[in-house]
Amino acid sequence: MMGADVLSAVKPHFPILVVLLPLLGALFCALIQRGTLSWLLTACIAFVLPVISGLMLFDVLKTGQTITYELGNWEAPFGIVYKVDGLSALVLTLITVIGAVIMPFARRSVAYEIDSHLQSWFYTMYLLCLAGLLGITITGDAFNAFVFLEISSLSTYVMIALGKHRRALLASYQYLIMGTIGATLYVVGIGLLYVVTGSLNFDDIASRLGPAMAERSGPVMAALGFITVGLSLKIALFPMHVWLPNAYAYAPSFATVFLAGTATKAAIYLLVRLLFTVFGTTVPFESMPVGHVLLALGLAGMFIAAFAAVFEENAKRMLAYSSVSQMGYIVLGIGLANVSGLTGALAHIVNHAVMKTALFLALGAVVYRIGTVRLGDLSGLGRKMPWTMVAFAIAGMGLMGIPGTAGFITKWYLVLGALEKGWWVIVFAIVLSSLISVVYMGRIMEVLWFREPSQAAEKAKDPPMMMLLPLWVLALATIYLGFDTRLSVGVAAPVAEALFGGIK
Amino acid sequence: MKLDVILRVGTKLVLPFILLFAFYVQFHGDYGPGGGFQAGVIAAGMVILYAIIFGLKAAQRVIPQELVQVMIPLGVLVYAGTGVVSMLLGYKFLEYTGFAQKFLTAHEWGILFVELGVFITVSGTMSAMFYAFVGRGR
Repeated sequence: MMGADVLSAVKPHFPILVVLLPLLGALFCALIQRGTLSWLLTACIAFVLPVISGLMLFDVLKTGQTITYELGNWEAPFGIVYKVDGLSALVLTLITVIGAVIMPFARRSVAYEIDSHLQSWFYTMYLLCLAGLLGITITGDAFNAFVFLEISSLSTYVMIALGKHRRALLASYQYLIMGTIGATLYVVGIGLLYVVTGSLNFDDIASRLGPAMAERSGPVMAALGFITVGLSLKIALFPMHVWLPNAYAYAPSFATVFLAGTATKAAIYLLVRLLFTVFGTTVPFESMPVGHVLLALGLAGMFIAAFAAVFEENAKRMLAYSSVSQMGYIVLGIGLANVSGLTGALAHIVNHAVMKTALFLALGAVVYRIGTVRLGDLSGLGRKMPWTMVAFAIAGMGLMGIPGTAGFITKWYLVLGALEKGWWVIVFAIVLSSLISVVYMGRIMEVLWFREPSQAAEKAKDPPMMMLLPLWVLALATIYLGFDTRLSVGVAAPVAEALFGGIK
Repeated sequence: MKLDVILRVGTKLVLPFILLFAFYVQFHGDYGPGGGFQAGVIAAGMVILYAIIFGLKAAQRVIPQELVQVMIPLGVLVYAGTGVVSMLLGYKFLEYTGFAQKFLTAHEWGILFVELGVFITVSGTMSAMFYAFVGRGR
């Protein structure tokens, strides 16, 4: 009975706890300054979060109602309101689950790659970043979202700069410049919206936007442009992706693992939230050609980034380029502007996070064993680290979109979305881009399995159980999500329908 | 610096007034312009002035590096802790109503604690940034 009482007392506070727990954890990590203890605290918090967000997702799906929480009990348009609907619950659950699953991997990887006096700071930054990403996803306030965007970005810059390689600093600086430009453009857009509507609350802006558009459409259009470009920088949409490959390649392995699955996803969430909930579907997709622009850039990214991946010599950079290409799929799905396309995009947020996190976990294990991810040094590792590399291969097949894996499901929905529009060229492009991913994944597979072990790989063996476990959980999830789509498409489809149907 | 008597004595005279002004701005914050951020910057200005005139080592004897590093998370902890306490009192996060009987008094207390947190973090961060810049290349 006691437990039920506590749960019912805590339950109304769930939305704030999702952000508050990692924030408090970060503060304690900064205060205790002991690497292993910080890891333990971080792991405890990281494992509580998915329980909270999972319960919220369950509630939202069961009752069909949104969960709201007013900070300081200030009512909606005046104070900051946290709001959990299907879309945010889905992304919240995804980020918290990824953040938790990778924690067992963290201890050894971080201990190996980061100086002992900096480890606690690293976990501080990890938890701050987690708090920021979850905050972006849960808040119903446009400016609050900007603050969380900055919290997550600043902590990300620090995490990247803690990488061992000297170029980590440069990569971090590059991302700092680009990320700051992105955040600035976003806040300029929000400022314009504030000028014409007088509100910062998402729902409130949405309800006032119609009259504002009728009166003066210029600022609204400009705001839409600023926000789309600003968030595209954060998403690493094709011409604005330059920061991503270096950032992912030179960051500590654990940071890459975490960021690849979560950081760009939160930015995508914010873009979807603004395009659909705030602007409504008519402004971005009918009055303005945002849909077509996203479509074109998504397509360009799918191909150009995939080609770049084919010719890459560093395995981490190769996967980073592949991330840019996969972001192209997600943005393409948004740009299709129909329910199937958006379902595919949202489901691909989940599926790509699972697959890419698994792939980077495997590379993190390789770094832990041989200290390098240059393609030449990886040769023959398949036989030396079989458990790691089989999981890598499974996740890699998911990335190619082979039937029976998660990647196939989302590409299927994207193809459906394109067919509904009658755009055969896009169907063809999706298939062709998948073939390119077969080429670059095939290239790395060939190196891993069909070559004699290199000098570096000679003494390598599978990493400890703690590091293998998260990898296999996610690799098996890649297959599971390929057969049972209730968790990805099953949640994404009603959300996509609500996003199109809810707003007139 | 040994010869700059005017600077050294002048600084020593000015330091307490800087701190006093910082506290004035701090406690004035809930009524008018001012608050934790401005007060924190002014207080850190005192540390920085002391370090410029008497050297980094002397400043770090008074305000050690370790203290500054603890102050940064501690202030945020005071801020967030205020919210947690209000949750424990049965209200929402950062809802100050539970801190006192009267509504306005309760909010005054709430703001006081929150501003105290801001003061600690801002002054700590400012000093830490100055220490980091000055300490480079030694």
